[in-house]
Parts: sequence; C-alpha cells; structure tokens
Amino acid sequence: MTKSISTSRVGNNAAMGLALDVLLISAGIAAYFLFPDNLGFLTRVLIMIIMVLSLDLVLGYAGIATLGHAALFGTGAYAAGLFAVYISGDPLLGLGVGAAAGGVIAFFSGLILMRAHGLTLLMLSIAVAQVLQEIVNKERPVTGGSDGLQGIDMDPVLGIFAFDFFGRTGYWYALIVLFVVFFFLKIVVASPFGLAARGIQESAPRMRAIGTPVYWRLVGIYTLAGAVAGIAGALSAQVTELVSLDALGFTLSAEALIMLILGGLGRLYGAFFGTIIFMTVHHTAASIDPFNWLFVIGALVLLVVYFVPEGLLGLPEKLRKHLRWGG
Amino acid sequence: MSVLSSILVDGFSYGMILFMISVGLSVTMGLMRVINLAHGGFALLGGAAAHWLTTIAGIGYFIAVPLAVLLTVAIAIAMERVLYRKIYYFSELQQVLATIGITFLIIASVNYSFGSTILAIKVPDVFRTSIDLGFRTLPVHRLVVIVAGLLIAAGLYFMLERTRFGIQLRAAVDNRDMAASLGINTVRIYALSFGLGAGLAALGGILGAELLPVEAYYPLRYMVLFLVVVAVGGLGSIAGSFFAAIALGIIDTAARYIVPEYGTIFFFIAMMLVLTLRPRGLLGRE
Repeated sequence: MTKSISTSRVGNNAAMGLALDVLLISAGIAAYFLFPDNLGFLTRVLIMIIMVLSLDLVLGYAGIATLGHAALFGTGAYAAGLFAVYISGDPLLGLGVGAAAGGVIAFFSGLILMRAHGLTLLMLSIAVAQVLQEIVNKERPVTGGSDGLQGIDMDPVLGIFAFDFFGRTGYWYALIVLFVVFFFLKIVVASPFGLAARGIQESAPRMRAIGTPVYWRLVGIYTLAGAVAGIAGALSAQVTELVSLDALGFTLSAEALIMLILGGLGRLYGAFFGTIIFMTVHHTAASIDPFNWLFVIGALVLLVVYFVPEGLLGLPEKLRKHLRWGG
Repeated sequence: MSVLSSILVDGFSYGMILFMISVGLSVTMGLMRVINLAHGGFALLGGAAAHWLTTIAGIGYFIAVPLAVLLTVAIAIAMERVLYRKIYYFSELQQVLATIGITFLIIASVNYSFGSTILAIKVPDVFRTSIDLGFRTLPVHRLVVIVAGLLIAAGLYFMLERTRFGIQLRAAVDNRDMAASLGINTVRIYALSFGLGAGLAALGGILGAELLPVEAYYPLRYMVLFLVVVAVGGLGSIAGSFFAAIALGIIDTAARYIVPEYGTIFFFIAMMLVLTLRPRGLLGRE
C-alpha cells in the first residue's frame, strides 16, 4: 500500500518539478526586466543560490553538518580572482579554475572532516575556513589581505559580451551558470552516486553492509560540492571584480545554512526559495534601518526554527498531512 | 627567559579568561546536549551591563561587577525558561540555527542600546598599577584575572565533587533519563547550571575586556574561540575545559610573540590536531 502511494508521488513530483523549473527560469528572466535598477543585488542572489545548492548537496543529501562552507566559496573566489589578476581575464576559464580550486580544497579538507561527526565536525569545518582566512590575511602582497583582492579586470564572456557598469552581462552570465549547475545537480542527486549519499544519511552502517565505501563516497560528495561552491565564489569574484576576506568568513557559512534551512533541506529547490526570501528580507531591512536590521534577521531565523523547522518547502506536505488526518 | 615567562604568564591569564567564558558552555553542551552558539552573548551582556553601571550610572567597580553578573544570570534563566527548554529537543542543526538567531537578537539589542563602538569598563586605579613578582612585574589586572580563574576552577571542582548539587549534576550529565527517574529534579538542575554558566561567562567577559574588547559583535567574533576550547577539552568536562583553555591560551600567546604575522593560525592547527587524534576532545567521554 505504501508502495503505490510512493510511486504515484514520484510521478507527481516529476511533473511538479518540471513545472517548478519552468517557473524558476521564467522568474529569473522576468526579474531582469522587472527590477532593472537592482541587477547588482539580483546577481548576488543568483550567486548565493549556487552556494546554497552546494550546501544542500552536502547537508541535505549526505547529511554532513558543516559550518565552514565559506572555505570552499572563498577558495574559489580567491583562485578565480588571482587567476584573473595574474594570468588571464577570461571568465569561463576563471570559472574552471574556481571550480578546480574549490574541489581540491574540499578533497583535502574532506579527508579530515569526513572522519568526524556532530560537534567535532562542526568545529573542524569552522577551523578549516578560519585557517584559510588567516593565510589569505597573512599573504597581503599577493591577496591584498584585509583590503581585499583588487585589480580584477574581466574580459568579455566568450569574447563577445563585455561586463558593463549596470551589471546586465553579469546578471545573464550568473543566471545561465546557475541553471547549468542546477540541472547538473539534479542529474547528480538522481544518480546512484546521489542515492548513495541519501543512503548514507539514513543509515551509514547499512550502506557499509551492502558494500558502499562510505568514507570515500562522502569525500567524493564533499569534493563535488566544493567545486560547485568554488564556481559560486569565482562568479562573485568576476562579477564584483573584488574578493574580500568575508568570502572565507564565518558569517557567510552561517547565512548559507540559514538560507538552506529556511527553504528546506534535500530538495535543491529549497536553495532558491530560502536564498531569495532571506536575501530580500536582509536587503530590505538593511536599507530601511542600516543599524538595527539584525533584529529582523534574528527574529526571522527563530520563527523558522520554531514554527517551520522543515523549511518553507515542507509546508505543503505539512498542510496535506493535517488535511488528511482532519478529513 | 623573559620572553618565555611573559608567554607563560600572559598565556595563562588569557587561558583563564577563555576558561571562565567557556566552562558554562561545556556544561550546557555536555548536560543538555545543546550546541549553544549564543553563549558568547552572555559574556557580552555582562560586559555591556558592567559598562553601563561603571561609566553611565557611575557605580563603583566592586559593586558593579556582581550586579552585572547577577543581571546576566537573571536574563539567562529567563531565556532558559522561554527559549532553551524547547531547543533541548531540537536536532543538532536546528540548535545551531536557533542559537544563531538568539545571538543575532542579543547583538541587535546591544547595538541598539549602546551603538557599535567598544564598550569600555571603568576599572579601579589599583588595577592599572604593577606589582613585582621577583622575576617580572605584572599588572594587577592580570593578576586579578589569574586569581579569579583559579578560584573559580577550584570552586567548581569542590562543587562538583563535594556538594549534593554537584552529584546530581554529574548524574544528569551521565544519564539524564536515569537521573530523572531516580527523583532528581533535572529541570531545576538544567536551569541552575545554565544560569551558573551564563554568570561565569559574564564575569569572564568583564574581566577579559582588556584582551577581548566588549562590543556589539563580540558573540560572533569570539564564538569560535569558545567553541574550540569546549571541543578540545571534551564536552561536559570542566577539567578538560580548564586544561584546554590554558594550553590554547599559551599556544596562541606564544604564536603572537614569536611569529605575530601568522595570527591565530597555530591556535586552529592545534585544535585540528587534537580533534583528529581524539575526536571527543582531551578529556571527553564516550
């Protein structure tokens, strides 16, 4: 009986997923025309969605609780930034460099992190980000230290679309990269590799019993997420033409986590809704009262945790259950 | 030689500050199994209250400090009743999030009341003088920190080993359900130890203001520091926090003296080493 329900739900979900994808793409295109004066902010939202998608892969699918995701984002940002300053201003090559750097740092830190659990894992993930931040801060002649990495000058995308003052090219560029990453991740989470991640989250001992090399699977997922977060970091370096120490900061890791939980874990779509809502509230509150906006963010976080712990995407399911029990 | 003694003395007093602030966190995390990222907020509240009492209200230091600590304890116990009791039953991740939310609210409140500048605490003139210890001179303020830290460590040890409350607390840390079914009022134990931890954090925040300046973003800036002490010491272990705080304080101070350009990097590398070799911390139990 449960089986028939779940198969019909899968069909349902696929149709709904397709509808959502179309909706999201249209919203991305419409936003460009609706808010032409806020393209800078909108581009930051798109970049952040990629970052949160990467976190969803790690946390939502594999169940790895980390508070150091900025380590991966920041590494991508600095790698792409330095590449642009010293080697080549080609954006797509830079993205590749950012992805590779994020992946490499994730692989090596993952070798340590994936052995730990719970609080130890949280602490170690924070420590990785802090050590990287300290290194960047120390290497001031190369990275600019606390002044940030300046002097990034990007070539046109594909040699045709030059970055402009209004951020038009930046917006389309980020939008396209976002959806390429998103559809790639959709394939990944439906693949045996992605299913293994879910399996490990639900029961690592059982996955071990059926022959999955749990540790290496986790390192693999973390590396992939590192590449995705590296792409997000690289985008932010290229579009804003600046990388600051905040790219490796604790606040960024914490905010990404808040956005993901706000949207809902393990669905990929949660990254879109959570990020858009959080950043819009943040942006609005900060422009109304630049000193006390933190009240609004704090209250928002508490409201989510106390009243919608499954995230906004969990709401329809919750309602459906209520109705079913009621009727 | 003088560098070595400076490192040891300064590192030890820094360690005492870390210990005072972190020990409450270690107990709440070991006892209630709550990842409380808002703990640094209590140090901030204590510091802000002491700032208000000594500079604006003009009350003497020795009255203002106990008042500020008591005020923080009162706020903490109220928060325990309203907010934390629900948090105990959350998943790890929800706890992280909820306590980040609480941290934001504390920061916003202090920022709203006092602005985002450094909140100076007026100390008695005696604190600024130095005394001669034979091998070097030491500011009285630093001596006060060291003595207070040692007294608190001794007091906590006595409380845990020798008092009824200590026995009940240890029972609750070992097995909360079993302790409750033996008739120990665990709800009361939780509230009291939470208040005690917050009070110690407030004291640490006030005494440590010289090293860790009190300002609105204090809880976010130093949160990692306190969590590291707890993780390295082992959850719920007071002795563990004590030794971890001293070791980390000395390592960090030594690094600042010898290779200042590397900043806090050695602090974190030491922590990563310990946690990789002993995932449950120095004195953590299974």
